[in-house]
Amino acid sequence: MTSIKTSHHPQLSDAVNRIEPSGIRRFFDLASSMDNIISLGVGEPDYSTPWNVREASIHSLERGVTSYTANAGLIELREAISRYLQKRFQVSYDPENEVVVTVGASEGIDLALRAILNPGDEVLIAEPCFVSYAPLVSLVGGIPVPIPTSIETDFEVDAAEVEARITNNTKALMLSFPNNPTGAVMGMEGLKKIAEVVIKHNLIVLSDEIYAELSYDAEHVSVPVLDGMWERTILISGFSKAFAMTGWRIGYVAAPEPYAKAMLKIHQYAMMCASTMAQYAALEAMTNGRDEMEEMVTNYRQRRNFFVKSLREIGLTCHTPGGAFYAFPSIKSTGLTSEEFAEKLLIDQRVAVVPGHVFGEGGEGHIRCSYAASMKQLEEAIERIDAFLKSL
Amino acid sequence: MKEKEQELLLLIEKEGRMAEATLAKMLDTSKEDVSSMLRSLEKKKIILGYSAIIDWTKVNIAETVTAMIDVKVTPKRGVGFDEVAERIYRFKEVKATYLMSGTYDLSVVIEGRSMSEIANFVSEKLSTLDSVISTTTHFQLKKYKHDGVVFGEDEDDDKRMVVSP
Ligand SMILES: Cc1ncc(COP(=O)(O)O)c(C=O)c1O
Repeated sequence: MTSIKTSHHPQLSDAVNRIEPSGIRRFFDLASSMDNIISLGVGEPDYSTPWNVREASIHSLERGVTSYTANAGLIELREAISRYLQKRFQVSYDPENEVVVTVGASEGIDLALRAILNPGDEVLIAEPCFVSYAPLVSLVGGIPVPIPTSIETDFEVDAAEVEARITNNTKALMLSFPNNPTGAVMGMEGLKKIAEVVIKHNLIVLSDEIYAELSYDAEHVSVPVLDGMWERTILISGFSKAFAMTGWRIGYVAAPEPYAKAMLKIHQYAMMCASTMAQYAALEAMTNGRDEMEEMVTNYRQRRNFFVKSLREIGLTCHTPGGAFYAFPSIKSTGLTSEEFAEKLLIDQRVAVVPGHVFGEGGEGHIRCSYAASMKQLEEAIERIDAFLKSL
Repeated sequence: MKEKEQELLLLIEKEGRMAEATLAKMLDTSKEDVSSMLRSLEKKKIILGYSAIIDWTKVNIAETVTAMIDVKVTPKRGVGFDEVAERIYRFKEVKATYLMSGTYDLSVVIEGRSMSEIANFVSEKLSTLDSVISTTTHFQLKKYKHDGVVFGEDEDDDKRMVVSP
């Protein structure tokens, strides 16, 4: 069938034109075109979702539980999330009114920003960070303001750096610890100083704690647990990392009622509810998933130890990442930019890593290596990176 | 037992061939420490040996038959089940022997080159023991999972995209 074409010039919004496609994309295309690649470029677990979780979802399908759920998500799941947050991180949220189940933490970030930002509002973003924060701020007309962190301070956020960037238009501070891509964590002491600044300037904090369970050396400190922070924090988290559930697209936000209600309003119109079968899987992960998750965490810790020590042995400077599953070594000693380094490493030695600059300020001069890969792959990757460094 | 030792045991139980240098890094300790832990665990007979898990069905020369035999016995005064168990597990054909609760007493795993070889063993060696009252032999038809390892599964099959945020 042929149809008659009219002339039509694409008419896109200024907002969408303002944002760039992710810098990761180019590496994805390049790496995808090659074989015999060892990939340390992956931002997700190398495990499949634990079987009991998959089985619970299969069972829900078999029972024919395929309709919408409440907009905020199954109440059983919200109750399980609420109990979990209380027990694990000592933060209390009312499952009825303060928890919303989302399509991944990704949707949670978007909801939080859309719920609080007016055009022109500035959002301070601790960088390097997950690639979606700044573009999502821009999409709603906000202005992302990076706060750089660096290897000198183990990529922790310095309260003075935050305060120095606060203006009359500053609305919120975006934090994410344990951090993607640096693996950095922040303890009580550092967070307290930030909390002081945040309270003094009456900011909202969006805290993306999706890697909370993947904390290896110290207990994770959840931001809303700090004095004066619960009422001004939107907690964003999900199941992707800890429970190896990236493809399910399931996460949640927890926040004081006015914020939660606002996010629910957007979610109910834009998303209706998160996938029902994914919600049943998440419920199983919350109720019976702890043992297997802890086993995965132990394995990540062992691989972290191996990988970071090996990187140092072959001559790269690397801080000890206290969480997540990324090492973020400095490659400044090679004289290459992170883009050049990553591209040359991929072409010469077939190891895929992500150049640090795509994660924002402070990322240049580093590469992100995910150690969510098998020990065999990690050992081979170290050999190849070693050969690469020697060839420079 | 030290926490490190336990962590070491869990690691080598899964992957017995990991180099000491690698284990040392994973456990955040020195190679010497790993060596001495291994030696001491061997001495204490906590580590009894290192073996490989082999899918013999892929090796055409050496097809073996495995049977699990439920054995009912009369325990002897003073030594209980241990004496008869020992008489059974000393045969080299016997790969494993367990004392069980339930409808029978000993579970005996036997490997042989053929079903008739195993049948001979059961009728000539096992059933003729004084304390053995009865035996029920089950032949294994297919091995799906053994010692936590799934047979025939390609574990290196990584379904993830090569680069993701
Ligand atoms: C810091 C951070 N937040 C959020 C996400 C997205 O998680 P989800 O799969 O729950 O959308 C990621 C995934 O890479 C991440 O690294």
